[in-house]
Amino acid sequence: MAKNMVEVNHVSMRFNLSKEKVDSLKDYVIKSITGKISFNEFWALKDVDFKVEQGDRVGILGMNGAGKSTLLKVISGVFKPTEGSIATHGRIAPLLELGAGFDPQYTGAENIYLYGAVLGYSKEFIDSKYDEIVEFSELKEFIDVPIKNYSSGMKIRLGFSIATIVEPDILILDEVLSVGDAKFRKKSQAKIMSMFDKGVTVLFVSHSLEQVKELCNKAIILEKGKLIAAGDIDEVSEIYLEKTGK
Amino acid sequence: MVNIVTKYVKVAKRYRFLLGELVKKGIKLKYRRSYLGILWTLLEPIMTTIILTIVFGTWFKKDIDKFPVFILGGRLLYSFYSESTKTAMRSVRANASMIKKVYVPKYLYPVSCILYNFIIFLISLIVMVGTGIIFKVKPTLYIFVSVLPLLVLLLLAIGTSMILSTVAVFFRDMEYLWNVGLMMIMYASAIFYDPSKMEGLAGWLLKLNPLYCCIESFRLTAIYGQMFSIDKMLYATGFSLVTIVVGVYAFYKKQDQFILYI
Repeated sequence: MAKNMVEVNHVSMRFNLSKEKVDSLKDYVIKSITGKISFNEFWALKDVDFKVEQGDRVGILGMNGAGKSTLLKVISGVFKPTEGSIATHGRIAPLLELGAGFDPQYTGAENIYLYGAVLGYSKEFIDSKYDEIVEFSELKEFIDVPIKNYSSGMKIRLGFSIATIVEPDILILDEVLSVGDAKFRKKSQAKIMSMFDKGVTVLFVSHSLEQVKELCNKAIILEKGKLIAAGDIDEVSEIYLEKTGK
Repeated sequence: MVNIVTKYVKVAKRYRFLLGELVKKGIKLKYRRSYLGILWTLLEPIMTTIILTIVFGTWFKKDIDKFPVFILGGRLLYSFYSESTKTAMRSVRANASMIKKVYVPKYLYPVSCILYNFIIFLISLIVMVGTGIIFKVKPTLYIFVSVLPLLVLLLLAIGTSMILSTVAVFFRDMEYLWNVGLMMIMYASAIFYDPSKMEGLAGWLLKLNPLYCCIESFRLTAIYGQMFSIDKMLYATGFSLVTIVVGVYAFYKKQDQFILYI
């Protein structure tokens, strides 16, 4: 039996949506006296439980607001679940928010080191991969320019090049298969495909059932934070088609 | 318990490079785009010391030996403390976009702020050497002991910042309150007046102020070639350790909720 790479154990995630934003002491005092502080509890995830085995490529399907992105953020460690726990094995490459951690005043070159450090790379590793990153991003001429002067496409290209320089065990994709212009998109897809071929474990969020069917061998469906189906892609996609009504 | 500790050591090792990068970023960006750049670390204390000497010199000059060096010593230590705690307190919110997107141990933000401010502070001590030479301060062996109050000051800054940055996430008013607090601390640090003249309540405030204990000990050892009072240093060290314990505990307890408030 294959090893479990990701274990999501009865995970629930609660947010307090206060109707009015309370962020100063004055507001807090006034509103608690006048009784205006009311928290709307909102469960973005409710008792989600599944496991991902090594080499599985799991599509996560669901409507807007079903909790897909929250689930990915819980798995990548950004959110701590209110209840339940997460266990992951191996190196995760979350291609979620490319370039989170870039500093706009820093140049491209400085940001390669900063973002690399954010992703947990060592200095030696970045040193050895620096040229490869620059080359893949095709930003050689602009590498000493502060990235506040970059276009958004350039930033994403740089972010993608840094994030995919590792050979991850688990790849988390949030519809980022479309980065940059047509040429770069082809290149980035080829890179992701080569990771697929090496048997990386994948979590892939998408609205598009076709994309999921093309890439994944398994799938889960989230609805209002609850896991309503999990299994092989063919079974799940039928349920999904029924759910979406057409 | 042992498991938790080894896990933390492992994580800390993994993110040591990031801590270094954040410290480097703080120093690099502080003076980027100003014409004189890092020279400001030296120019700023020189200029403010000149102003303070002119303003307060008329009253206190006769009472205090080597008045400009006395002022400079106090001012450098105080401004390290105030700058570092102010930036560290805001660091969690300032890095909100990053915290919301990738996982990074959150204590790295306040701690890196303190560390880069400490490095800038150490650079600014060059001014002390220069002024010391001009005003004929004779260096003694006690100069080696003067490192101790600086280390205690570093601990104090880290401890206070852990507390402040935790509180500031939930109550943004803390940022304004702390400005007032810092002003009070400044007046209770005897930066430009003769502390021996303070009696009664004001005198007690001075004695209870751990920052002043560091400033006094630093001045005695670095400028006047005397040993500091062991009792006062012990008090300041104890105070700093308490703030660190309280700060780390509060930060650790609350850090998972930060993301819901920033």
